Amino acid sequence: MIVGERKHFIEIAEMLKGYGKVLVVGCGTCVKVCFAGGDKEVALLASQLKIAAKRKKQKLTVTEITVERQCEPEFIEELAPLAADHDVILSMACGAGVQFLAERFPDKIVLPAVNTSHLGVLEKQGVFGERCLGCGDCLIGRFGGVCPVTRCSKSLLNGPCGGSKDGKCEIDPDVKCAWQLIYDRLKTIGQLDNLKAVEQPKKWSTARDGGPRKTVLEDHTI
Amino acid sequence: MNTTSNLQRILNQGKFAVTAECGPPKSADPEVILKKGALLKGCVDAVNVTDNQTAIVRMSSLAACALLKSAGIEPVLQMVTRDRNRIALQSDILGASALGIHNMLCLSGDHQKFGNMKEGKNVYDLDSIQLIQTVTAMCSKGVFLGEDEKMAVPPKMFVGAAENPFADPFEFRAIRLAKKVAAGAKFIQTQCIYDIAKFKKWMKILRDMGLTEKVYILGGVTPLKGPGMAKYMKNNVAGMDIPDEVIKRMEGTPKEKWREEGIKIAVETIKKLKATQGVAGVHIMAIEWEEAVPMIMEQAGLPPRS
Repeated sequence: MIVGERKHFIEIAEMLKGYGKVLVVGCGTCVKVCFAGGDKEVALLASQLKIAAKRKKQKLTVTEITVERQCEPEFIEELAPLAADHDVILSMACGAGVQFLAERFPDKIVLPAVNTSHLGVLEKQGVFGERCLGCGDCLIGRFGGVCPVTRCSKSLLNGPCGGSKDGKCEIDPDVKCAWQLIYDRLKTIGQLDNLKAVEQPKKWSTARDGGPRKTVLEDHTI
Repeated sequence: MNTTSNLQRILNQGKFAVTAECGPPKSADPEVILKKGALLKGCVDAVNVTDNQTAIVRMSSLAACALLKSAGIEPVLQMVTRDRNRIALQSDILGASALGIHNMLCLSGDHQKFGNMKEGKNVYDLDSIQLIQTVTAMCSKGVFLGEDEKMAVPPKMFVGAAENPFADPFEFRAIRLAKKVAAGAKFIQTQCIYDIAKFKKWMKILRDMGLTEKVYILGGVTPLKGPGMAKYMKNNVAGMDIPDEVIKRMEGTPKEKWREEGIKIAVETIKKLKATQGVAGVHIMAIEWEEAVPMIMEQAGLPPRS
């Protein structure tokens, strides 16, 4: 899923300074699962905003709504009747959702309430770990199901640097060395020979480095 | 291929090679480099110039190498893949060769987390092995990465790499070295050696794999300045392995004799390395202590260089 983290309240309050009517829009898919921007987080943020306004004796109208996904036109269309009546739309989706709202409502101020962190998994309750960079050219099959591009701090393709110690990465004792994970996995599945060949430089043109990307499915377009 | 490198000539002749290290300053002062160079001139076969080591901004390795070259010292250009993509790396290889710099050490580089630009973006477009392969193809085939068209004048480089026999996974270290050799590395400088037993174990694997026939191994030696430095390196420097008995030996030495003892340990290490089958030379990294190098050379019985 796309993992996000809600911005600190002070930063959100600072962005909203001077606005009287705020539409807080949650997203019911990825960011709901990681407790960053679903309906519960919308309710919490709306309450925080109202309390803060009351304390400062400011007039503030906050409207709450959560749509299924902010990255699809049919779901954000639900916002159209409400958008007209608000000064600002505060999106609690990932960066894609925020931008899609801005595209749909070109005359409205659209602000982000969430920092989009990464593509990750639920490692254990409350812990989300990054697994994918979305590079557009998946190499995981050669590396025992562990992505060195994402999980090695240096994205090395030909084995660990000199900073791999006791399974940990040199940058942080809490970070596992991706190459230890790759080595152990390949050993377990009997594919250590995969590591003998020199991996060629990666084609970064399919990643963001080739410019903003677009996926077109010809058989699904109308 | 003859690259006009003195280091290559020495190693090809089967002589025990000695290289030293020189860290550029955190300033634009050329005198710092020239002074360090003067201390090492005539003492070692070539001088490595680090490339923004520990990810701290310093004078560029290429510029510092050019300064050393102008002072009659043979430089080894260190190049990390952390800061430059394949365009910049290949461009700098051409520039270095044009300036008469013909030794190069290919590294991935310390992560920027360790330096003074923690919020910087790292590049890692290539890794160290891909850099070895790229520079080797530029020199031997005269082509840029992924291209067939030949350049008018290819660069000349004696290509080296680093390896850390003390990092994990230990069993994979020799395989990885074999990859570096397959990619084109002609010499290897190792991480600082304090654990001779573990180093010898690694050398045996290399010999059994036939790697010492294909690549020159230069053992890394760093003289300790005191027990504090030893403990600091053990705990804070990525990939460093210092056995407790070395730390205890430094701790058991009176303060005024720390540096003397550090040199003594370095000299003992060099003698043991020299006696190890397959070791072609040593790389002395006297960190901000270049004066130690001539003393170590003399005590280790290594004659001055012409």
